[in-house]
Amino acid sequence: MTADTRPTAAAPADLMVELTGIHKEFGHGHGAVHVLRGVDLTVPRGSVTVILGPSGSGKSTLLRCINELEDITAGSVVVDGERMGYRLDDKGVLHRLHPKVIARQRRRIGMVFQRFHLFPHLTAAENVMEAPLRVRGLSKDDARAQAEELLHRVGLSDRAGHYPAQLSGGQQQRVAIARALAMDPELMLFDEPTSALDPELVGEVLAVMKDLAKSGMTMIVVTHEIGFAREVADDVVFMDQGVVVEQGPPSAVLDAPRERRTRDFLAHVL
Amino acid sequence: MSDPIPNRIHARGVPRPGRWVGAVVVVVIAAMAIHGLVTNETFRWDTVWLYLRDIVVIRAIGWTLILTVGSMALAVVMAVVLAIMRRSDNPVLRGVSWFYIWFFRGTPVYVQLVFWGLISVLYPRLSIGIPFGPEFFAFTTKDVITAFWAALLGLAFNEAAYLAEIVRAGLTSVDPGQAEAAKALGMKDATILRRIVLPQAMRVIVPPTGNETISMLKTTSLVTAVPFTLDLFYATNAIGNRLYQTVPLLVIASIWYLVITSILMVGQSYLEKYYGRGFGTESSARRRRGGPGGRPSRQAAIAAAGTTTDDPFIEVTP
Ligand SMILES: Nc1ncnc2c1ncn2[C@@H]1O[C@H](COP(=O)(O)OP(=O)(O)OP(=O)(O)O)[C@@H](O)[C@H]1O
Ligand SMILES: [Mg+2]
Repeated sequence: MTADTRPTAAAPADLMVELTGIHKEFGHGHGAVHVLRGVDLTVPRGSVTVILGPSGSGKSTLLRCINELEDITAGSVVVDGERMGYRLDDKGVLHRLHPKVIARQRRRIGMVFQRFHLFPHLTAAENVMEAPLRVRGLSKDDARAQAEELLHRVGLSDRAGHYPAQLSGGQQQRVAIARALAMDPELMLFDEPTSALDPELVGEVLAVMKDLAKSGMTMIVVTHEIGFAREVADDVVFMDQGVVVEQGPPSAVLDAPRERRTRDFLAHVL
Repeated sequence: MSDPIPNRIHARGVPRPGRWVGAVVVVVIAAMAIHGLVTNETFRWDTVWLYLRDIVVIRAIGWTLILTVGSMALAVVMAVVLAIMRRSDNPVLRGVSWFYIWFFRGTPVYVQLVFWGLISVLYPRLSIGIPFGPEFFAFTTKDVITAFWAALLGLAFNEAAYLAEIVRAGLTSVDPGQAEAAKALGMKDATILRRIVLPQAMRVIVPPTGNETISMLKTTSLVTAVPFTLDLFYATNAIGNRLYQTVPLLVIASIWYLVITSILMVGQSYLEKYYGRGFGTESSARRRRGGPGGRPSRQAAIAAAGTTTDDPFIEVTP
């Protein structure tokens, strides 16, 4: 639990993500909702961070701020030493980056959604190939070879030609993971990847995620699978009402929580 | 040959006399109508048969098809642009699109066609240049916008207003999560629109656009307002007037419009099938797994409701 919150653009080499003083407000004026209220978080390269917290605590919003799906109201997001969304010039003036540059920044970050969001008009293989073809500019043959390899990795070699509607929820989520991996990301974000699944399908998705963690991928996972957190996480972060309440190794946060709110929450989930 | 199911039910159906009565009544009425059509002297079926494949008529069909396809093609392109403008962040683009749709939907296409016919009178010279400033390029209107182009542009401009609303509805129908997933993969907005959103919107766009095409086929009969005189309706009318036999030529026009409509309907059903891929009910894999067959639909219902899924306890609640 290093609290390295220096607002520098050059992160120490071992940090993949460095969040400093993140605030997020939706809307303006009287109708504004203050969702994130100053979040500081660092994620070392190659580590797995699990984020827990009650509904509405801002877990999804935080993930979406990391890859610029939402722009933050205050603070800074630094991924792999590069500040997301903004550039600070020599005179200390902050500039918004061009959407094309932001799109390029996102390529290093894979994201897996609760409801999969596979492209329904494309087959499993085409879903995986789409971004490499259109974004990385891979040749069709290379993209296909890569898709085959990735689908094999998530155990779906025999489903390459199926449309998402022809796959079970667990299979769809595994294709979604393969799709994100096809961009060769350095960081993977998972937003409740198993919450929309039937209980018997949860295991197959978690197994793929465990493999990924073992391969050294840096991962930030919002989940309520306490077993997964205990087994895989290096760090567990408990959030409530837009702030990090407690953070530490699973043995500390899950088994001996210091904060009352964490204990109450865990009592509900376990 | 032993039946694995014992005591299979063999029961008589429920008597449905009403069905038979209804069917007989409808068939009799239809027969009367056909009889009246075929035996009525004023239809002059001999004339109909004689002129059905007349070279003038066939050529007119060609012009009608060119007008239909040409104006629809142009209208589709304009409509996509208008719909994208309508959804843009730029208030000027939004306003212009709104005004265009308001204007071209709000005036009769016949009147619009008359104006297109008058364009060379209203604007004898067209030029490209800076407003109130220098001209770069100018031409005489009547040399460029002939009656054919006036008709085609008139139809297309009017149609684009209707199609723009259809396209907009299609774009709106696509789950925002799709664009978001594409964004997270690092795609640019233009790529997302072209590769992810539009193909899915097509499923919603194609059926009403098929209707519009069929409707356009018949709207081409109004180009006489320009006046453009080579289309099917004008041509058959002209022959009818020359022969003093208006009715049989109207029958010919109707027959050909019906034939073309039927062909367009076949094309439409192919397009619908193509853009419906991946959305079909043929999710065989899901049904074949039997056992927890009810589950996926329950999942879908939960996801669709969009309210309960955000409950963090949903998967741990026994
Ligand atoms: N686009 C938005 N506009 C306004 N409010 C929003 C928006 N997105 C999220 N919120 C609000 O922000 C708060 C946090 O939402 P968020 O989705 O981040 O919570 P969460 O911790 O992921 O919850 P859950 O476990 O239910 O997914 C909620 O109160 C939500 O209503
Ligand atoms: Mg959430």
